[in-house]
Amino acid sequence: MDINSQPYAIEMRNITKRFPGIIANDNITLGLKKGEIHALLGENGAGKSTLMSVLFGLYQPEEGEILKDGVPVKINDPNDANALGIGMVHQHFKLIECFSVLDNIILGVEPNKLGFINKKEAREKVLALSGKYGLSVDPDAIIEDITVGMQQRTEILKMLYRDNEILIFDEPTAVLTPQEIEELMQIMRRLAAEGKSILFISHKLNEIMEVADRCTVLRRGKMIGTVNIEDTTKEELSRMMVGRDVELTVHKNDMKTGDVVLSVENLTVASRIHKKDAVKYVSFYVRSGEIVCIAGIDGNGQTELVYGITGLEPVKSGKITLCGEDITHASIRKRSTSGMSHIPEDRHKHGLVLDYSLEDNIVLQKYFEPEFTNNLGFLNRENIRKYAETLIDRFDIRSGQGAVTTARSMSGGNQQKAIVAREIDKDPDLLVAVQPTRGLDVGAIEFIHKKLVDMRNAGKAVLLVSLELEEVMSVPDRILVMYEGEIVGELDPKTTTTEELGLYMAGAKRGAVNNG
Amino acid sequence: MDKNKKSFFKNEGVQAVIASLICVVLGLLIGFIVLLCINPAGAGKAIVDMMKNFFAYKTSSLQLKYFGSTLVKSAPLVLCSLSILFCYKVGLFNIGAAGQYTIGAGFALYAALAWNLPWWLCIIVAAFSGAVLGTISGILKAYCNVNEVISGIMLNWISLYCMNMLLESVKEETSPYTKNLAAVNRKAILPTLGLDKVFGNKYVTIAIPLAIIMAVIVWIVLEKTKFGYELKATGFNRHAAKYCGMAEKRNMIITLSIGGAIAGFGAAMFYLTGIEQWNCSQSSVPGMGFNGIAAAFLGGLNPIGSIFSSYFIQHITEGGANVDLRVYSRQIADLVSAIIIYLCGFVFFMKYVMKKMIAKREEAAKLATEKETAEEDKNEGGENK
Repeated sequence: MDINSQPYAIEMRNITKRFPGIIANDNITLGLKKGEIHALLGENGAGKSTLMSVLFGLYQPEEGEILKDGVPVKINDPNDANALGIGMVHQHFKLIECFSVLDNIILGVEPNKLGFINKKEAREKVLALSGKYGLSVDPDAIIEDITVGMQQRTEILKMLYRDNEILIFDEPTAVLTPQEIEELMQIMRRLAAEGKSILFISHKLNEIMEVADRCTVLRRGKMIGTVNIEDTTKEELSRMMVGRDVELTVHKNDMKTGDVVLSVENLTVASRIHKKDAVKYVSFYVRSGEIVCIAGIDGNGQTELVYGITGLEPVKSGKITLCGEDITHASIRKRSTSGMSHIPEDRHKHGLVLDYSLEDNIVLQKYFEPEFTNNLGFLNRENIRKYAETLIDRFDIRSGQGAVTTARSMSGGNQQKAIVAREIDKDPDLLVAVQPTRGLDVGAIEFIHKKLVDMRNAGKAVLLVSLELEEVMSVPDRILVMYEGEIVGELDPKTTTTEELGLYMAGAKRGAVNNG
Repeated sequence: MDKNKKSFFKNEGVQAVIASLICVVLGLLIGFIVLLCINPAGAGKAIVDMMKNFFAYKTSSLQLKYFGSTLVKSAPLVLCSLSILFCYKVGLFNIGAAGQYTIGAGFALYAALAWNLPWWLCIIVAAFSGAVLGTISGILKAYCNVNEVISGIMLNWISLYCMNMLLESVKEETSPYTKNLAAVNRKAILPTLGLDKVFGNKYVTIAIPLAIIMAVIVWIVLEKTKFGYELKATGFNRHAAKYCGMAEKRNMIITLSIGGAIAGFGAAMFYLTGIEQWNCSQSSVPGMGFNGIAAAFLGGLNPIGSIFSSYFIQHITEGGANVDLRVYSRQIADLVSAIIIYLCGFVFFMKYVMKKMIAKREEAAKLATEKETAEEDKNEGGENK
């Protein structure tokens, strides 16, 4: 084998890392060649983050060793990793919001003369780097004023400024528009061509197929294998990741839509973060038998729109009608009993009482009904157990001890299944599902998409809010794109393209919206 | 056998009891060390005296009498710890229990001495006044986002001075103390149901069984009712409670009202026995409400547990009075009981440590068995070859 002649830029050999009760990394070997883009693929909880934390010196492995250019090294903390030329772009950027791009790049390694920062020298180096790799940034712009894409380029420049040779990208595309993703792919290719070695952590198969040279797949802490992208297919990768065949497309037949279930007119919701309104005069409707998706980049008012519709935040002006009934100022309980279900964006914040048992969480929207509470206000534990067990069975919710398992100890996918079960079994007229598949593995995504389509086929109205492009393109019947608090376009997923969607999402294009 | 033993230690209740006992022992140990440092000669006897409390008396009738006084002082502590525990389950730290206790004491005495009300009306007045104080904290928390600890501490002092002022009008002319309840209004003394004769102590009243009944009621409300389900959900996750349509702000206010009522009720259970008169020139909030915090935690935040923890704390405090004053100063007894009470607050830390130890041991055992099986597999493989 020829590979042995040139040692890997970085090699992790037989890494095993245990936590109480779980083996997060079980004998994992990963070799990163110089100048290659190496994808690390795995579901949530497969051990990707743990492995990277080991490489970064945040965890010490129980077994195994790390070699740089064939020489064993010891990485005790992130400073050691930096010294070895390992840099990382985190999923959530580590930038100081009120500093300029340049200040953020040189932070911690400021060139100085007698204690005075020599910014001129730094600026020249940054400009040279940004020209070389096509990372266009304005060095004097303040971070909070620039786009997410430019913030990411700042993060990349931070690594390059420190002369890092090994670059780790942790799910870098989650926050980007399709155009920005394309740009990032080009940047990564250019970096690799210049001899940088890139580790690309992702669970998006399309991106891996497009940009990576090789791919290592992890599943439940074990290494499944490393494959050459040239010799593999999307289907094979997903099979390696999940351990079985997965339906990647959503099947749905044509549906005749019925009456308007939810109608939103000129809705305005104030923002909690800034003084401006997060949602500005938004109008749309959802009919029975259709899935309408609110698409857009995170932070364009989707969260506040949902808060307004579900009653978590008061609306400033406008009108919300559910099945002909004005619910603009109705209480949350009233909305719920009038036929609204809500799969919340943040399942730990809103969706579950983590310290409650699974059964107590399953009756969270129903505990006050006569079936579960008698006239004297005592809970009927027997009925709660029975009801929980039927749902656990029907929705295949898996947990350690069944109905009495603490919700906190369950896996993310099963927690989400419990919420989906609870909200769907309420038999609502309208289901508001906000990022229902966020952070879930392919199997659970498949399951939840099927449930959403089932709801639609049963003649219910579904309002889906999603940040995942694949989901936006495959699940809904209509797409409404939200940009800076407004709905800027209505698209038909059958005829539109991701490029067009991206232009709307980035605010570059506006279209007519059918307000009913 | 081994498995059964493990599941025994993994039981939440067992862990709580063991953690509480460890804290008690640690507290006694550190208290003992402090005594040793101050005067090694008398330390052993002093700590034994504290532990013994009423057992130090020679005759059984005297023992029973002083057992009675410890019980009389335990009843209000049980209620204070219930007040704190109840609010804690809803995620609120009711440090204002001390003030609610103070205002309950003030109004119980004022109702008895100035208005000549019978005991049961005095109790209602006391509980109501405590509830009002709790509600103030609750409203400030729910609508103005004022931390209940801050408002509680401030209200503690406000209520102390208000009560001093109020009770000036019913105090004895020659002393700073309120008038003797038994002499002014006998109707206001809690009925004894014959308990006074059993213990040979006239202060032993229905307060003791009432405190126990209250603990049971709190347990039932928290564990068995829809109301408790809502309150605990609000405590565990305010956002989820709001999301599923629970009136989380109203729940917060009601919780602090109930907490206040329980603390005020506790004050009535103490002062309406006539065992103590209010000192109108006292400049500190009665410690009962604060000790309630320790009692609640030592009891593992369980209403039934707080009955035992409250008794223990009063037992130690009373026992402290028996320490030989020729060897140690009076403050030493308070100091040592304070150390013990302080360590009682570490119950949850102990539980956490225990859980971690169990998890680690299990992990090690698992690894060992895995290795064993792996080796066995190897051996078997070898044999097959």
